[in-house]
Amino acid sequence: MLAVDKVSFDLSAGEFIGVVGESGCGKSTLLFAIAQLLVPPAEITSGSVVFKGRNMVGLTDKEMTAIRWRDLSVVMQSAMNALNPVKSIQAQFADAMQAHGVHSKAEIAERSAEVLRMVGIDPVHLKSHPHQLSGGMRQRAMIAMAMLFTPDLVIMDEPTSALDVVAQRSLMVQIKELQEQLGFAIIFVTHDMSLVSHFSDRLIVMYGGVVAESGATRRVFDSPLHPYSVGLMEAFPSIRGPRIPLTGIPGSPPDLARIPPGCRFAPRCPKVMSRCTETPPELYPVDGTLVRCFLHDGEGASHG
Amino acid sequence: MGEPATRRDGQAGPAAEPGAGAGPLLRTESLTRHFKIGGLFSRQSLHAVDDVGLVIGEREIVALVGESGSGKSTVARLLARLYRPTSGEIYFQGRPLSAVRGRQNLLHYRGDVPMVFQDPFASINPVFRVSHPVMRCLKLHRPELSAEQRHQEAERVFAAVGLTPPAEVLQRFPHELSGGQRQRVGFAQALALRPKLILADEPVSMLDVSIRIGLLNLMADLRDSQGVSILYITHDIASARYVADRLIVMYAGHIAETGPTEEVLTRPRHPYTQLLLSAVPDPRAPLKVGAETDRGEPPKVIDPVPGCRFRWRCPLAIDECHTVTPSLRELLPRHSAACHVARADAATEAFR
Repeated sequence: MLAVDKVSFDLSAGEFIGVVGESGCGKSTLLFAIAQLLVPPAEITSGSVVFKGRNMVGLTDKEMTAIRWRDLSVVMQSAMNALNPVKSIQAQFADAMQAHGVHSKAEIAERSAEVLRMVGIDPVHLKSHPHQLSGGMRQRAMIAMAMLFTPDLVIMDEPTSALDVVAQRSLMVQIKELQEQLGFAIIFVTHDMSLVSHFSDRLIVMYGGVVAESGATRRVFDSPLHPYSVGLMEAFPSIRGPRIPLTGIPGSPPDLARIPPGCRFAPRCPKVMSRCTETPPELYPVDGTLVRCFLHDGEGASHG
Repeated sequence: MGEPATRRDGQAGPAAEPGAGAGPLLRTESLTRHFKIGGLFSRQSLHAVDDVGLVIGEREIVALVGESGSGKSTVARLLARLYRPTSGEIYFQGRPLSAVRGRQNLLHYRGDVPMVFQDPFASINPVFRVSHPVMRCLKLHRPELSAEQRHQEAERVFAAVGLTPPAEVLQRFPHELSGGQRQRVGFAQALALRPKLILADEPVSMLDVSIRIGLLNLMADLRDSQGVSILYITHDIASARYVADRLIVMYAGHIAETGPTEEVLTRPRHPYTQLLLSAVPDPRAPLKVGAETDRGEPPKVIDPVPGCRFRWRCPLAIDECHTVTPSLRELLPRHSAACHVARADAATEAFR
């Protein structure tokens, strides 16, 4: 099964990129592939992940361990599962630091308190165990842990999806503040497009394991090109403005074990043309945006 | 207090509610549920739902909105009679629920007020065809139907929730259906009981964005075509706005604000409602830079002292808020808020 198919993008230092898509679109697989966290039978069959000029595909576990936490950290979706329930926050922070050769107790304590303060948690919670923290605080603690070495890249997999709107909003603002302060780059994976609308610089919309559209966030939101992005935008009821009936996108995402021959979105697409079901479209550039749709290949619907 | 938990004479209900047919479908009075927590020497009481009075009319979708821990799911479970109230009473069609006793009567009530659950992957038995739960419901709740009629009825409800062709979908196994389709099976199952009120606890939160709208539209359609009322429990205030006629905002076990949906959203009176609204991400609106970021969290209400439960997060709190628990006051027609500071005319703007 091809879960992620020829996804290419580059990320500059300090950039915030949002990856959005529905469940089963390959966004988590993409993220695991970037972080070299895929476990067999999943594997990277081709392609490369070049991080700071070095291809991480094929690095040994030992080499990867040296990179993790120090240069690249991952914040997982469920902090309750990512944190060790029988160890205090302090002990878990110390583990990560000791793995990278920091053994001075004073230094560990100082840095741990510092990162906790950065995310707005009182350092007294260093002695707390994960279950003693609320959901929002656990996610903050995970982010604090990711900040221990001030990495260049933080990969986030739906870090806010278990939180309420209010907590979610404050966490997003906090992440953005930290990024501005420390200058790391972020790959932020989410199914909720509206969440990243105000925070990411660029947006990648994935569908069925491929990139459907990628471009500047504002651009994609203001004038989405791919019918799937258009559909996604129209699937959100708004809290302001007129109350209009919405339709969502009928049908369900493709089964990646049985990929249709043409465009993967064709069975659900309101603008499907005859050639969409025959040949898969490429990514076509339109004013700095890339879009995988025959409507934008220069020939448009005329060929259909 | 006040209302004893053991008022079960069964006679008070109809007398207190003249003309049950014209009254609301369901009404609660000072509904309260506490849970005992802690060990032998540190007995404490968690106030999950406190003094909640809500009304659900005929053919109405009422959204119960709140953060996790606000008590909204406990309210649903109380209404479904999965929990018994610590005190207070629920009146269904004018009759007190505490008077509903015996297996047959309870079965009847559960047929009138079924529940649809959050997780469509866990709420359907994977080893049976999807026709199985619907047929079982029909057999149990409507024994008068023949096998042939049961089958027709199953096809009817499947068609009503948009699972077409019904005869074919009925033969499928849950794993052959998508999440959205499974949740439709949940609604079909509820519909087979010919319900008056469906309790839908976060029915779309596990579904993908692109198919959520389909389910919300289905709920509106069921109200219009089948005449059922729905209590839609959610943390997503935007989807509540999309589908609900009335809104009830809960915070820490209390109702903070209630009223017609558009009315509450355009003129939120309670600071908590304002906070909720300000936090909703809206890609269509420009980001308000420097927007206040509230970093508080809803409290766990353990052995509370009097006072507003939102006071620690509220920028407008006055002395009274620390000593007197605010009760719901009707500030505008049908629009009430439990806040000492809120006024009908002047905008109390805590969060924008």
